[in-house]
Amino acid sequence: MDTMTDNTMLEVRDIKRDYELPGGLFKPKKIIHAVKGVSFKLERGKTLAIVGESGCGKSTLARMLTFIDEPTGGDLLIDGQKMDTRPGHLTPEMRQKVQIVFQNPYGSLNPRQKIGDVLGEPLAINTSMSAEERRHRATEMLKKVGLGPEHYNRYPHMFSGGQRQRIAIARALMMNPKLLVLDEPVSALDLSVQAQVLNLLADLQDEFGLTYVFISHDLSVVRYIADEVMVMYFGEAVEYGTRDEVFSDPKHEYTRTLFAATPRADIESIRARVARKKAATAA
Amino acid sequence: MALLQIENLTVEFETATGWFKAVDGVSMSVEKGEVLAIVGESGSGKSVAMLAVMGLLPWTAKITADKLLFEGRDMQNISPAERRKLIGKDIAMIFQEPIASLNPCFTVGFQIEEVLRVHLGLDRQARRARAIELFRQVGLPNPEERLSHFPHQMSGGQCQRVMIAIAIACNPKLLIADEPTTALDVTIQKQILDLIMALQAKNGMGLIMITHDMGVVAETADRVVVQYKGRKMEEADVLSLFESPKSNYTKALLAALPENATGDRLTTVSAFFDGNPEPAPGVNA
Repeated sequence: MDTMTDNTMLEVRDIKRDYELPGGLFKPKKIIHAVKGVSFKLERGKTLAIVGESGCGKSTLARMLTFIDEPTGGDLLIDGQKMDTRPGHLTPEMRQKVQIVFQNPYGSLNPRQKIGDVLGEPLAINTSMSAEERRHRATEMLKKVGLGPEHYNRYPHMFSGGQRQRIAIARALMMNPKLLVLDEPVSALDLSVQAQVLNLLADLQDEFGLTYVFISHDLSVVRYIADEVMVMYFGEAVEYGTRDEVFSDPKHEYTRTLFAATPRADIESIRARVARKKAATAA
Repeated sequence: MALLQIENLTVEFETATGWFKAVDGVSMSVEKGEVLAIVGESGSGKSVAMLAVMGLLPWTAKITADKLLFEGRDMQNISPAERRKLIGKDIAMIFQEPIASLNPCFTVGFQIEEVLRVHLGLDRQARRARAIELFRQVGLPNPEERLSHFPHQMSGGQCQRVMIAIAIACNPKLLIADEPTTALDVTIQKQILDLIMALQAKNGMGLIMITHDMGVVAETADRVVVQYKGRKMEEADVLSLFESPKSNYTKALLAALPENATGDRLTTVSAFFDGNPEPAPGVNA
């Protein structure tokens, strides 16, 4: 691996994903190119934010990074190791390195499973730990994400959205992953709760040296959390660079449209808008 | 006279542990041609207060208010038949989930023409012509063709445009937009907000924008009401709210915005707001 340095956690080379729509009697088969050859490199302990509108392929990319979907082309290297993503060729060790947190904390937890079992399940499947040890680990993890041991025997419906997202993060961390894929983890949360979860993610990144792939459509969150930013548009990466490069000097037309569309909450722009409106009503 | 005047509105629901106050003594008013934003987290009662005005709450809800007036007309003791004449015509509402709020069994053309038939009594040809005109007004491409489409054939942004077209079909005096852009992409959000604001300015409607997004507030509102746990925390014009917020809760909310982050951690609301829903001095709760 000549291009790999010790510090690269994740490398993606020209990764592609096509979906085939089956044809009918008179309808030819159709191929959808969801991700059309994306490449990037991510250093250990850094955060890459992937931005784009719905349908641009950012979630498909997340599914490929977490081995939920098999890429139709390209290479995926994690921790300097080329991943063989064909079904049946993935080892449990590979799977343990990457975990995912989904967007909707109301949909991603089984309503009939107690929180303790949610957190213990990955250990029960992948390790030969005793029940007592699993319980101990789960309780420890609950404390790490800002919940308490008293929450162990509760069901998901007893928690608020922010707490559920903490549980989903805790579940993802149970196997000590190195790479965490966060698919819009805060977009379903209120502003105040969003701040808490973002702080939690920052704390956990410092503590465990985690690498994040953070998928979001909220540019203010991206600007806050990301080290590197990639903008996707119709399956292609149209912009890729460090946060400051992308935000100070967007190259692609779509990135500029995206920035222009983001609501601005600074006082100068409010003042300008109020003045414009006054002028319009006076005229 | 204010377009909508609410004084001391309380909405309660019965729960296993007694009556729960979803809205607790809230007062506000909207003038003709004014944009009022109601900001708050989920559970702050911002939607429930407006549903109470529309009469859309289930019968189990207990609604009390000193005053609940629309154009000086009492909305509390109005008969259901009278209310049906008013709702959808003079007061219209846009909901958060555009795809969920349209009926999947009927074409969008049928759904918009239904409003025109019930409220304006237009004949078939006039209805169709008006529906096409409305679709064109909200920027839907090929309006003639669109009329025969079902909601599932359209994207979220297009469905929201249909919802807006239905809401403004009878030129309402008051439009209530309940998180109209939360389910949409940023670029589409911009288009929808621009559309709503352009229609508001053109028709001189009163507009109530319910949202949790401070960015949306900054881009649209004239005046802002901040709610927390069913209580009004603060009411101010948009510039003074962002420039010099009075209540601790508003200060906390603004500090939690990622763009206002200083240092490497965000200020959380609990950091200087202990959850005690006491309004700031000077706010009549």
